[in-house]
Amino acid sequence: MKPKNGVSVYGWGSYVPPYRLTVAEVSRVWGRDPKQYEDELNVKEKAVAGPDEDSATMAVEAAKNALARASVQPSEVGAVYVGSESPPYAVKPTATTVAEALGIGPLSLAADLEFACKAGTEGLQAAIGLVGSGMVKYGLAIGSDTAQGGPGDHLEYTAASGATALVIGPSSPDAAASLEGSVSFVSDTPDFWRRYGAKYPSHGEGFTGEPAYFKHVEGATRALLEELGLKPSDFDYVVFHQPNGRYPLTAARDLGFSPSALKVGLLSPLIGNTYAAASITGFSAVLDVAKPGQRVLLTSFGSGAGSDSFSFVVTDGIEARRPKAKFVMDYVKKRVEIDYALYLKYRGGITLGGGAK
Amino acid sequence: MSAGENPVVLGTGLTKIGRRWEDSLSDLFAEAARQAVEEAGINPQALFLGNMSAGVLDSQEHLALSVEDGASVFPLVPAFKVESACSSGGSALVAGYMAVKSGVYDAVLVAGVEKLSEEPSDAVTSALAMAADSDFEAYYGASFTSLNALLMRSYMRDYDVPRSWLSEIAVLMHKNALDNPYAQLRKAIKVEDVENSRLIADPIRLLDCAPTGDGAAALLLAKPELAKGVDPLVELSGVGVGVDTIAVNGRSSLSDVPATARAAKAAFSAAGVDPKDLDVLEVHDAFTIMAALAVEDIGVVPKGQGAKFFHEGSAERDGELAVNPEGGLKARGHPVGATGVYGAVEVVRQLQGKSGKMQVPNAEVGAFHNLGGSGSHAVVGVFKRRK
Amino acid sequence: MTVPKYWRKIDAHYRLEGIRCKSCGKISYPPRSSCPYCHSKDVEVVKLPERGKVVSFSLLRSPPKGFEGYVPYYVAVIELENGVRVFGMLTDVFSPDGVKEGTPVEAVFRKISEDGDEGLIHYGVKFRPIG
Repeated sequence: MKPKNGVSVYGWGSYVPPYRLTVAEVSRVWGRDPKQYEDELNVKEKAVAGPDEDSATMAVEAAKNALARASVQPSEVGAVYVGSESPPYAVKPTATTVAEALGIGPLSLAADLEFACKAGTEGLQAAIGLVGSGMVKYGLAIGSDTAQGGPGDHLEYTAASGATALVIGPSSPDAAASLEGSVSFVSDTPDFWRRYGAKYPSHGEGFTGEPAYFKHVEGATRALLEELGLKPSDFDYVVFHQPNGRYPLTAARDLGFSPSALKVGLLSPLIGNTYAAASITGFSAVLDVAKPGQRVLLTSFGSGAGSDSFSFVVTDGIEARRPKAKFVMDYVKKRVEIDYALYLKYRGGITLGGGAK
Repeated sequence: MSAGENPVVLGTGLTKIGRRWEDSLSDLFAEAARQAVEEAGINPQALFLGNMSAGVLDSQEHLALSVEDGASVFPLVPAFKVESACSSGGSALVAGYMAVKSGVYDAVLVAGVEKLSEEPSDAVTSALAMAADSDFEAYYGASFTSLNALLMRSYMRDYDVPRSWLSEIAVLMHKNALDNPYAQLRKAIKVEDVENSRLIADPIRLLDCAPTGDGAAALLLAKPELAKGVDPLVELSGVGVGVDTIAVNGRSSLSDVPATARAAKAAFSAAGVDPKDLDVLEVHDAFTIMAALAVEDIGVVPKGQGAKFFHEGSAERDGELAVNPEGGLKARGHPVGATGVYGAVEVVRQLQGKSGKMQVPNAEVGAFHNLGGSGSHAVVGVFKRRK
Repeated sequence: MTVPKYWRKIDAHYRLEGIRCKSCGKISYPPRSSCPYCHSKDVEVVKLPERGKVVSFSLLRSPPKGFEGYVPYYVAVIELENGVRVFGMLTDVFSPDGVKEGTPVEAVFRKISEDGDEGLIHYGVKFRPIG
């Protein structure tokens, strides 16, 4: 798919909270062999949001970083999408809180999107359409999650917190990267879900592999390459959704991408799976280093299920924009290790009385 | 305030401060009011009542009417609740002073009552934090203690004051209260006890803080013509009120309280006295830091010398100027809306020679200081023994 | 806190706004409808700088209701880069020395409190040590 008018990424920015819960610590509590999980998942630890953070607060910091790089006035932003499966409210849009915090609006679109880990790239597709049609000048797409797995469940080792924001605008060499095209690929594949009222999600374990992640990631990517007439060797960087540190490596091998192209955008081993922020945080890390002329593939995956696949070419404007905000690795490197008890306290596993949180 | 003669005190009343489970707000008020009214031998024509938290903690607004009706110590009269956080009692006294001096009323009862011991401590902390700015201080998790802690930290740094000098103030207050039958805390403490006590909001520790408790105080103020054969006769010679911003970020300094200085200047000017004329002074030591700041801001010592004044023993009963000889807020207690009236009554009894073991010899001129918020609304009143 | 009481102050809490008086030029916080210095009504809303330094602080261990989950936490008076002082809560204090007078801080958007499990979430700005 290509919009009638070309679009570019003007700004990118991320936020990863400083707290880290290691796979070793979760294993200690549940009596597992830490090496087993570290190796199997290729994840060492995950980022955990603090007690005064949620997907709204993280979205705001990521968006401030992105807007700083975009050098765009809040009044010029005409759409705000927040993709998350852990919004602070079941009913009350995070997007309006984020818009107010940034000074965007009132003349703006704003909505929350849900599609598990691809809600962020869904917002990106919507922003591309709105900007490409000329309906809005700039669109802000954010993926933000404070994901949780059930106690002792294997998702608990990787479900993490983080946010990334992208500012989309009309195509320009002054921007950071221009969009060559995108594809979305969906089907009703129930690999991971959460019913209303259930505290933690359910999932199909092995079912989340072949019929879910791989079918959609590879299906979307192949369709994109075919549409654009590109091959894996045309890409300098590739970023896949990264529920753990293994699946992306397998997908890359299946599709014919070299593992070295994956390296910069693969952050799960250090921060876990930040769900709706995962693939776009990898993309943000790539834009932190990529040079003009380089080509980047981004393919997300969301359970339930689907993938959005994009091809971007980095443009000249990226160098001037890059230093205007913190880098993903600045957040990744700021690390404060916590134990399982503090993790429960921070993420609401222990309820305090009388309205205390 | 110059119309008419200064009002005189015809009666006083105090209750013991503590956890008064069996006594309601009306019961406490009745106990203090009856002492004052019986001593005066006349009924008041109006009631000015200080209270801060009855609406929140007792579900009772319309409080002045409510307690005078519940107590029924005298016929129902016009009743006004006066509120300015912890200086509500002092403000009630200002209102009473204005009412009598202007000639509108011949005799009024000035009282204060508060109950703080019945709700869980977090509810009480939240109620007391209402003295601060609800949108920009309490909203951001400020407890009242933490706001005063900002001042303590600034003061110690600006004037290079050792922590122990502030601890010593609490020790003196406890020593003084051993002789006070109305005091909430009657137990001697040492500097180590203060410095090892639980940290509330660094650097303020539990034993730097006045306790929370229940109590009531009352004072009957009247025009001098009604004082038949009263000897010694104590006069309320002047009051002053000074104000500053409600929130701590709006103050010009974090190591003094200009509101107190303004109140003291106005009160001393009205009464025609200087700080050096004082024989006894009751200051608002809700926290030890406040005692040090008060003696400076009132003008007893220069800026930065307040803690030293206590450290050198000058504030003892037999010192240069007796400060809080009854134990102050720290040991006598701080039933918030009543505190200002306790301070006033304590000065009056000193000037009447009725302070028993707490007596400052030959006390003729005394002042009380009452402070609302973290430095927002100060009241100073000067009493003199009429010759 | 009632809904309207919270909602009225969203601009100040979310975006750290104050007012600038067009009559005397002074900037103040929190925003008021008149200037606290010269009392003119001719004021405009301005965004305050997001960086500043700690003027005084306290580590609080006895919280008011609703703040138990954060204990111990710092409250502080912060002087922003333009000289305007604000009162606020600190967050993400990880240095073993904690905070000192003069510690440089930056404003970050965070949860402040919640009205129980079913009521509103209150957001606002806290201050995080820089670096």
